[in-house]
Amino acid sequence: MSAVTAAPAQVGSDQRAVRRRPRRLAGRALLTWIAEHALLLALAVVFVSPVVFVVFTSVMHSNQALTGDLVPRSLELGNYVRIFSEAPLATWYGNTVLYAVLSTAFMLVASVPAGYALAKLRFRGSNVIFLAIVVAMLLPPQVTAVPVYVMWSELGLTGSLWPLILPNLLGDAFSVFLIRQFFLTIPTDFANAARMDGASEWGVLWRVMIPMARPGIAAAAIFLFFRSWNDYYGPLLYASENQAAWPVAYGLATYRGIHGTDWAGTMALTVVVLVPVVVVFFLAQKVFVEGIALSGVKG
Amino acid sequence: MTSVIDRLGSPAATGLPGPPASPRIPRKRRRRIAAAAMVAPTVAGLLVFYAYPLVASIYYSFTSYDLFSPPRWVGLTNYEFLFTSDPRIGNAALNTLWFVVVLVPIKIVVALAIAGLLARRTRGSGFWRTVFYLPSLVPPVAGVVAFVFLFNPGSGPVNVVLGFFGIEGPLWFSDPALSKPSLVLLGIWMMGDLMVIMLAGLLDVPRELYEAASLDGANGWQQVRFVTLPTIQPILGFSVVTGVIAALQYFTEAAVASSVASGQASVGSGTASTLGYPGDSLLTYTQWLYARGFSNYQLGYASAMAVVLFVTASILLVVAMRRISAFQPEEVS
Repeated sequence: MSAVTAAPAQVGSDQRAVRRRPRRLAGRALLTWIAEHALLLALAVVFVSPVVFVVFTSVMHSNQALTGDLVPRSLELGNYVRIFSEAPLATWYGNTVLYAVLSTAFMLVASVPAGYALAKLRFRGSNVIFLAIVVAMLLPPQVTAVPVYVMWSELGLTGSLWPLILPNLLGDAFSVFLIRQFFLTIPTDFANAARMDGASEWGVLWRVMIPMARPGIAAAAIFLFFRSWNDYYGPLLYASENQAAWPVAYGLATYRGIHGTDWAGTMALTVVVLVPVVVVFFLAQKVFVEGIALSGVKG
Repeated sequence: MTSVIDRLGSPAATGLPGPPASPRIPRKRRRRIAAAAMVAPTVAGLLVFYAYPLVASIYYSFTSYDLFSPPRWVGLTNYEFLFTSDPRIGNAALNTLWFVVVLVPIKIVVALAIAGLLARRTRGSGFWRTVFYLPSLVPPVAGVVAFVFLFNPGSGPVNVVLGFFGIEGPLWFSDPALSKPSLVLLGIWMMGDLMVIMLAGLLDVPRELYEAASLDGANGWQQVRFVTLPTIQPILGFSVVTGVIAALQYFTEAAVASSVASGQASVGSGTASTLGYPGDSLLTYTQWLYARGFSNYQLGYASAMAVVLFVTASILLVVAMRRISAFQPEEVS
């Protein structure tokens, strides 16, 4: 009923909209516009201010950082130099890069073919494997922590980040899931055409499907990269006893413990941990936003 | 019975045109072999890192095990201690429950509200979206360290700004009554990924539905209640289920907040020395599991805690896999 009445009315309102095209906001609409933008602006200030205060404090003299001052009196970039001598920051950074880069590369090798096969190839057991992947991806890691830790400890690899890097060679559940979701949205016609031309299944995957799935694969790669970059629980479990193996995020969590009152240095270290994330975000903004929508609801 | 269904489902039995039989078979078989090779590493990973550990956790939970001598069978002792005698586990479970009940809904409501504001914008939406999304990328450790600084009672900007208005700021992360709410503020600041999911959902709501509703005389709130919410209900369900599963394992933010706010060194000993600061208010279930298992090497007991966590999470897993369409396998094409 409402659909019937709605149809003509919609035409009418469209015509009105066309006639009213000259964009002059009248009375109430203008007030709403102002109210909404004022609210957005206030919220934006609240969301941005933590970063501003952190950056401000990171360039304060370490004595001023202990006062209630909000704005730095002088520009002390020396904090950024000092933290490199007070913590093995270069090592931590190197560990983080190694952890994130190797994990991502290993994940791609195993998870792209798996995601493709689960989305596009009909075979017995694919549904069971998919359900197992969903369970693995949702399962709290603490449920399996003890036996997995025992395994790595028997291999003598605790005290390093390898127990966190190597499993990616055997796929990563969330990445397989995400890549599968993306492959589902790609039409099979091109793949079939390539098969007609005699391409093997691996040839179809490599030359036809992967190029078309690049946005989805990029999203999975970036998510895993940041999951590793940000990880705290994993390094705590496997590397906490070996300071030389710490990634930088874990080092940051312990820094204030060692340098108790050094807020300026702590904030400088926070900025150092944060900057690469922000840089990569602005380089790959589209991938992020589309990937997140993909992880929530497909298509 | 199953074989009948199998046959009914096959193209030959349903009378639908299937692929021509004989010349295709080698092709299909090659495809099956390729598919098996493609999923083999992942299947191996599922077996090694999920299936075996799940079974092993159950076994270890009936043993006393410290990693250095072989596990010794103790029957139900671990479970008995867990449910009757562990002095801190009840509090830890309640703290985790608090995050499930308070943090998850607040994050969803705020994410939905901000997404609602952004969905009405056409120009400049990219800018606003970036502002609200970016904090969710901040490494949680950095976010916690920043918030403990911002809210520190001595010189923190938050209390300084409150002071401008003549308000004496509280102790935030050092006050057992406010430490969890302080982490909720952090959670709100970092809700950006949820907001992006909500925004994608809101932008998918067909405009005609709103027009029809307003013709029927629905006001703004009624449109939200009867058009927006029902349409994005799958996304809300997804957010609740995945949010609760994440809250069940709430660890990093609480552990780092305890360690940084107490200002004590925690090198080498993990988080043991500062666990739960202030006053056990931030001790969550997974932190207690970690402390039992990996600080005290009571791996059998930690496994019993893991099994209890698994049983709890299973209920949610079942809900997730039944109700969320993205988690369901579908006909491959």
